[in-house]
Order: sequence, then structure tokens, then C-alpha cells
Amino acid sequence: MSTVKAITGDVAVAEAMRSIEPDVVGVYPITPQTIIVEAYAEYVARGEVQTEFVPAESEHSAISICVGAAAAGARTMTCTSSQGLALMWEVLPIASGMRLPIVMFDVNRAISAPINIHCDHSDTMGARDTGWLQIYSENAQEAYDNFIQAVRIAEHPDVQLPTMVMMDGFVISHAIQRVEVLDDAVVKKFVGERKADYPLLDIDNPVTWGSFDGLGGWFMEFKKDQMQAIENAKQVSLDVAKEYAKISGREYGLFESYKMDDADYAIIVINSTAGTAKTVVDTLREKGVKAGLIKIRMYRPFPASEIVAALNNCKAVAVMDRVPGYVDIGGPLFEDVQVACYQEGVNIPLVNYIYGLGGRDILTSHIESVYSDLETIAKTGKVASPVNYLGIKE
Amino acid sequence: MIGKELGTNAPNTWCPGCGNFSILNAMKAVLAELSEGAPDLARTVLVAGIGCHGKIADYINVNSFYSIHGRATPAAEGIKIGDPGLRVICHSGDGDAYGEGLEHLIFAAKRNVDMTMIVHDNRVYGLTTGQYTPTSPLGFKGRSTPAGSIESPINPLALMLTSGATFVARGYSHGIENLKDIFRAAIAHPGFSFIDILQVCVTFFNQYEDYTARTYALENHDASDFDAAVKRAREWDYNSTDARIPLGVFYRHDAPVFEVNPADVGHKPAETRAELDKLLAQYR
Repeated sequence: MSTVKAITGDVAVAEAMRSIEPDVVGVYPITPQTIIVEAYAEYVARGEVQTEFVPAESEHSAISICVGAAAAGARTMTCTSSQGLALMWEVLPIASGMRLPIVMFDVNRAISAPINIHCDHSDTMGARDTGWLQIYSENAQEAYDNFIQAVRIAEHPDVQLPTMVMMDGFVISHAIQRVEVLDDAVVKKFVGERKADYPLLDIDNPVTWGSFDGLGGWFMEFKKDQMQAIENAKQVSLDVAKEYAKISGREYGLFESYKMDDADYAIIVINSTAGTAKTVVDTLREKGVKAGLIKIRMYRPFPASEIVAALNNCKAVAVMDRVPGYVDIGGPLFEDVQVACYQEGVNIPLVNYIYGLGGRDILTSHIESVYSDLETIAKTGKVASPVNYLGIKE
Repeated sequence: MIGKELGTNAPNTWCPGCGNFSILNAMKAVLAELSEGAPDLARTVLVAGIGCHGKIADYINVNSFYSIHGRATPAAEGIKIGDPGLRVICHSGDGDAYGEGLEHLIFAAKRNVDMTMIVHDNRVYGLTTGQYTPTSPLGFKGRSTPAGSIESPINPLALMLTSGATFVARGYSHGIENLKDIFRAAIAHPGFSFIDILQVCVTFFNQYEDYTARTYALENHDASDFDAAVKRAREWDYNSTDARIPLGVFYRHDAPVFEVNPADVGHKPAETRAELDKLLAQYR
């Protein structure tokens, strides 16, 4: 039913794509995503998949090809990183506005300038409000599992939205890890066939996509429907996760709670740093410190009330953003958590740490210093500095 | 100043035997010549895009600007328009200039911005380790096209001629004197000078033998004759494996440049304003 392989994150994603076997893939190579493109090109060349594979002239073209193909009724995928996603930006809200369930993998990489090919989350955080669902992954296994589930979530009748799945560039994309790969037939049965509602290729029922809708039209209602669909994705992703657990033995929630039941101090983190942080949690627990961790999986929709409920008994909470916020109220995840707490009427001291920009190393000692800060904050009841930087050169 | 003095301490990361070395050395030599008698290198700006070629900005000690992938051309245009007194030399690659940012190249040529555009055309994505590009031949087996590309290449020279470039040339990375001649002429040309350089990528698409056997210097060619230039540009379509490949300046034509004087095209804002005021005065 499954095979254990020692593969990189990029190859894990390519393996998932091979089993899914989408109808159309439009891509452009960019470090550190390139290996996915190359591996998939190999599968096509060997005849292992019957995908229309288009190595386009730019990412803008790649995602536009996906939009056209998805509107035609095809199951469509792409993958990119950093500037590639930035160049796709114009088309991202077109895909979500047209309710096209394109599934994209983005290998997280910093946005220029200065030019940098290493990991942070500035690419996908810049696209967090484009109407796409966003699912983050700690390691290669999660990247693989999330990518397969994303097809079902995106195409679900209550959702019908494009979805991007992420993992950290190089740290995960290029590191060889243990990955359980499901048999192609099992994955194919799980994802099934895409049934598009209004495909352009249905010549008996002609339709127009993307037509003008100005004043007096239904634009606003359309947007409200999109927001509802994003919200629906919460339950759908949990339902899909239950089904996926049956074929894989691995079940995912909206986020992962690690030793949170009795935690006094918690940090909220995205992607691979969760692995480093869990090690610190374990060490602190041995010393009697009630440390816990929340790792975001589903970031759009944002599980606001669910996260607040998980934090409710904490004395202090740190939110880690691997992206510069460019505002003095902190990074995007910090903003979201603050708003969520305010909305739920929960007043826990919150503190933000910006870390790992452009691939800057994040060490266990950095995470330890965060927990140590949290103990001080809990003791004094004061957050001396709401926004802080970890590992910055002085 | 001699070419050597224009070097930097940045460690060179190109593969041994890379065609970029001769482009670098030719450019340094020509810049050194230009600095003689009139030390104006401070008024020279080197622009580079993303790809192996881009490193050239690290290796020449003049003002330089790294753009993002595909945007070397418009960044260079902006620099020139912002300060027309600058000498702008833009290095780009075939992925950068013909793929990701092709539209910019066409418009820079159409506008006739006075800049030198040097495309390091290795016909493969070298930095991302070997995928096909817009000038890779039909059937090219790269890492994104393991079964062979099913697309025919574009002919950048023919494209630039029809887009309005006023200087069109082709060089070859094996032959530094030939490159220096072209660079001198291109930099001296007032207007958009375009050079496609067959830059051999020894690692992912080594064409040295093939190019050396097939290239020849343009002779008895009238570079002011547009039709003749198009004909010579079409002698090789970047695909055929037996056609001869001409090198040198295909076309040169003087035309007004974009950034100097908008009044040349009849736009006289002060006079228009005066006329309008006179007209409005009748109704006051």
C-alpha cells in the first residue's frame, strides 16, 4: 500500500504529482522548486503519466495556462517559488475569482531585493489574501500528504478554490528525508476524477468565463460567496483529512497542537522551524517548564477561534513570523493571532519574533531564548518589546 | 587604464571553459579603451539580469545594477531615461531577455533607447542546470524536456530587426577580437544596439565544435540595407544544423533616440499651453 523512500522534499512533491497525474501542468523553473519540474518532466518523458506538460516562458504564462486549462475542465497543477509566485500574482485572484481549483506547490523562498535564493515565507505571505487556500508543511512527508489532500479540498463542491501548498526551500526541498509514498492506484482512487461544473470543452452547453461585471452587477455577492467558500474549506479539509487517514494512517488538523494541553508558554510557528522548536519543547518539558507549540497547517482559511481556544490557558504566547512585517505591529501571523484573540475576548500577552529571513539559521538556542522571554513576560505581565528579531547580526 | 584593473575581488563561479569569460574579457578591454583620455567610467552603468551571465556585474569594477529575472531591459531603459548622460550597457541571457522578459526587449528596440543590449545566448538555462530556452533547437533534450523540446526556436536577430532595433549584431564567445569590435561599434552607436552572442555553455549545451565549424564573418554586406540584414539574419534560424552562421554587424541605422528630445516628434507643451490660454481668453 505504501513504500518508504529516502527522498528530498521536491521529489516527494513530484511523487505526489505523479500519482495524482493531473491533466495539465504549466510550469517555469526557479530555484529551489526546479527539481519538481525536472522530475515531473521525466515522468512525462517516460510515459508514466499522460499529462500535457507545458514548460512555459515565464511564471505569468505558466499560471495563465493553468487558468485556461482549469476553465476547460482539466485537473491542473503548477509549482513555483519566490519571484515566480510574485510574477503570478496578477493571475492568482483571477484563478480564485473564477473558482478554478488549480493546485500549486510553492517552495518557500525569500522575495528580492537583495536577491536571495534561500528560505523565508515572504513569497506566499504576499499572496495570502488572493483568495487561494494556503496549506503549510513541516517536512517532506507533510508536503506529500498535503499536496494530495489539496486536490480534494480544492475541487470539493463547497469550496471550488485554488490551493497552494508550501514547504521550506532547501531546508526541506533539498534535504533527504524518510517519506512514505502511497501506491499510485491508492492515490488515484483517493483523488478520483475532476468533475468540472461548467467546462469550456462541453460544447453542448457553451459558457463564458470572466465576463465583465460592473456597477449594478453581482460583483460583491460573488466576493461574498468566495469568502464563504474559503470558510467552508475548514470543515472540508478536516473531512478530507479523515478520509486520507484511512489510506495513509496519518491524520491532519487545521493546525498541530504539540504538548499544548497544560502548556503555560506556547509558540506559534509555520513550516520546518516547528521541528526545531519541538526539540526545544521536549528539552524544556524535561526541566519541568510547561512549554507547548502550535504549528499552523491551514493558514487560509485562518482557524482563528480554534487557535484561540488552544491558547486559552497559556500565560504568554510567542508568534514566529518568517517574513518581515514592514509594519511596527509585527508580521502577518502575529497580526492574525492578535486579531483572533481580540475577537474572542482573550487577553494573553503576545509577542512577535521575526526570524530566518533569507535562510538565516534558526537554532535551538534562539527558540530557548523565546521561551525564556515568555517566562519573564508571564512573571512581569509586561511585553517589553512586541516585535523582536531572532539571530540578527549586531 | 588596462582591462585587468577593471577586475574585482569577487570569486568567479562560472564553469571552466564557459563562454562568459571571453565576453567578460572583451568588455573589460573595451571599457578600458573607453576610459583612456576621458576617464568617464564613472558615467558607465552595467545592468545584469538573472542567470549565469548576471555574475558579470560582480566581475567588472564599474557601477552596476542587478535586476530581477526578465527585467534587465526595462531597468536599463529606466537608468538611461533617468540620466541620458550615462552610458548604459545591459547584459542579459536568452532566458532573461527572450523568455521571461521578451516584451521589454521589443519595446526597448521600438523606442530606440540609446543603450547597448548584450544577450549571452547559450541556448540553455545554465544556472538552473540545463532546461530548454527560447533559442534551444527543436528536439533539445534538457531537464524540462527529456524527450526533446517540441518547440522551434525564435530567431532573435530577425525579431530585433522587425522590432525597430537600429543596431543588430551577432558575436561568438570563441573569438575575443570579434567581440571587441562589435562591442566598440555597439557602444558608439547612438540608439538601441542589440548583440546576440553565441555564448557556449560547456556544461549543458556545448556547441564549440559546431559553432566553430559553421560561423563566418560577414563580408561584402551593406549594414545600412535593412532587407539585406533580414536576409543574412535568416541565413540561420537557430535550428538548422547545417546552415552557415554569419557573425558581425548585420544592421546599423541612425534614428532619433527616445530619451533625448521629445520635441523632435512635434510635442511642444509651452506653445500648446499658450494657444490654449489665448483660446480660453476669448470666453472670459
